Amino acid sequence: MSRPTSTGHSAALDFAQPEPVDLSSGKYVKLWQGPQHPGITGNMSLELVLNGDTVIECKTHVGYLHRGFEKLMERRNYIQNFTVVCRIAVPEPTFNEYLYSHAVELLSGIEVPERAIWLRTLNLELMRMASFLMWIGGQGGAFGQYTVANWTLAYRDYVLDLFEEMTGARIYHMYIVPGGVRAGLPEGFEGRARSIMDGAEKLLDQVERVMFNNVVFKARSKGLGIITPEMVDPYGIVGPNARACGFKRDLRKDEPYLAYDQLDFDIITGTDSDAYERAYLRLQETRQCISLIRQCLDRAPTDGAFQADMPNVLHWKVPAGETYVKAECTRGEYGYYMVSDGSEYVRRVHVRGPSYTHGIAVMEHIAVGNNIADIAGLMVSLHTYPPEIER
Amino acid sequence: MNDMLERLKRDFAITDVSERQPRMTTIKVARENAERLIRELRDREAYTHLNFMTCIDYIEDGIFTLVYMLHNYEEKHSLSVHVDIDRDQAEMTSIHTLWAQAWTYQRELREMYGINFPGSPRIEEDFCLEGWDQIPPMRREFDTKKFSDERFGHREGRHSEEPRQHMKVTLYPNRGGDEK
Repeated sequence: MSRPTSTGHSAALDFAQPEPVDLSSGKYVKLWQGPQHPGITGNMSLELVLNGDTVIECKTHVGYLHRGFEKLMERRNYIQNFTVVCRIAVPEPTFNEYLYSHAVELLSGIEVPERAIWLRTLNLELMRMASFLMWIGGQGGAFGQYTVANWTLAYRDYVLDLFEEMTGARIYHMYIVPGGVRAGLPEGFEGRARSIMDGAEKLLDQVERVMFNNVVFKARSKGLGIITPEMVDPYGIVGPNARACGFKRDLRKDEPYLAYDQLDFDIITGTDSDAYERAYLRLQETRQCISLIRQCLDRAPTDGAFQADMPNVLHWKVPAGETYVKAECTRGEYGYYMVSDGSEYVRRVHVRGPSYTHGIAVMEHIAVGNNIADIAGLMVSLHTYPPEIER
Repeated sequence: MNDMLERLKRDFAITDVSERQPRMTTIKVARENAERLIRELRDREAYTHLNFMTCIDYIEDGIFTLVYMLHNYEEKHSLSVHVDIDRDQAEMTSIHTLWAQAWTYQRELREMYGINFPGSPRIEEDFCLEGWDQIPPMRREFDTKKFSDERFGHREGRHSEEPRQHMKVTLYPNRGGDEK
């Protein structure tokens, strides 16, 4: 298959919504999957209409944990917002911290020291690894592979140990702050991190043997929820979901930020973006994380400033302007659009999470025609986090 | 890039062209030209990716600024298309036929800002806020504190102790508060 670069936009693609079915006919059953359901990623729900076991209509419902982050940010000053942003994507708070800080730095013209750039890169890659380990467990669990779920979720805790050492916290680190990072690496961190990476390599080999060679996993995930190249641009599909059908797009390579232009890695792509291909691609990207973390440990400066000189953050007026910053998180393009009017308060922040389109437009489209038993696995295979949809 | 912007100025009367950061240009277009411009950018200039669609409330000027962030993967360039609409008659042409996820953004904007997009699918459906009966909450005049006080009433804070005194009297009474 030739590798696509752009889908163009085909007029043949029909974005029309399905006609509502006649539930009173007695042929169909309406079933709610979620918001409390092990097969749903986070607190969201799917309103499914079934004909027998087959899904003929799917609607996504969000709002079960809506906390109005964007509104909250308009009422708090720049440094107060810092404690809000990390909660927008629970398994990946670091990307929010980095993007928020980077947007503020761009508007204020703050230069981040070299050492902080490397520490941020290391922090983001550790986060990517922790998130992927959690995801592999979720995908395994959705297809009955609880051994894999136990292994990877347990191993994720070792990565969280590293976060605890590096930042003082396991989940919401608040480590990447405007101007740099909060601290350097503790003594002995590098050795412990390397040892955990060695263990992770072995774990991923075992996961590959147990999960990806398993006949049940293969039978249930191959051909499930195919994303075609024609869907990618019209549906705004990004990250592994797009790379799995051949799109060589990765912001770390395409528009390098932090220290990614100095790291050695390739964009991993697949051919047919079904649940199996997406899962295998994420497994390979987890391996890539290990390599990137090792490179960061090799090359990160061990001395020098990790925080730029900052104004008094309690009375900080950020110059008026507009910026859009983005980074490649585990699910693709994560972005912060920020508008300042020159006051102490941000005028507008819009958080662009990849789940917004993957979890609603894409999910509603590709769920149709599948068996109800596969919906949980399909949902996980898109890798969505509801808080970044409802912000 | 400059050729394209010159052409857009001529054909769509775009204004306020500024490059506020590398690889991103901001342009402003009148409401009646916006849908045509965005379609042109998608089909002829390869801005095939809709990063997001959002709104900024300039209550002091009586306008909403709609922002369409478009991205060209080949040129690695983003265009931030701004469209001002009247705050009192908040209505905009729908772009749901251009991108499959656009109707979701439009549904959210209707709920959060009260902007209508006639013809957009499921525009009447609730997005996050089931049964919302107040003004759209992302509008600047919506006061979260006032709403919270009226809806939920005043609630006393939790009982708390002064830490030093609490240690002395309750936790370590035999040590006279010296926890060493």
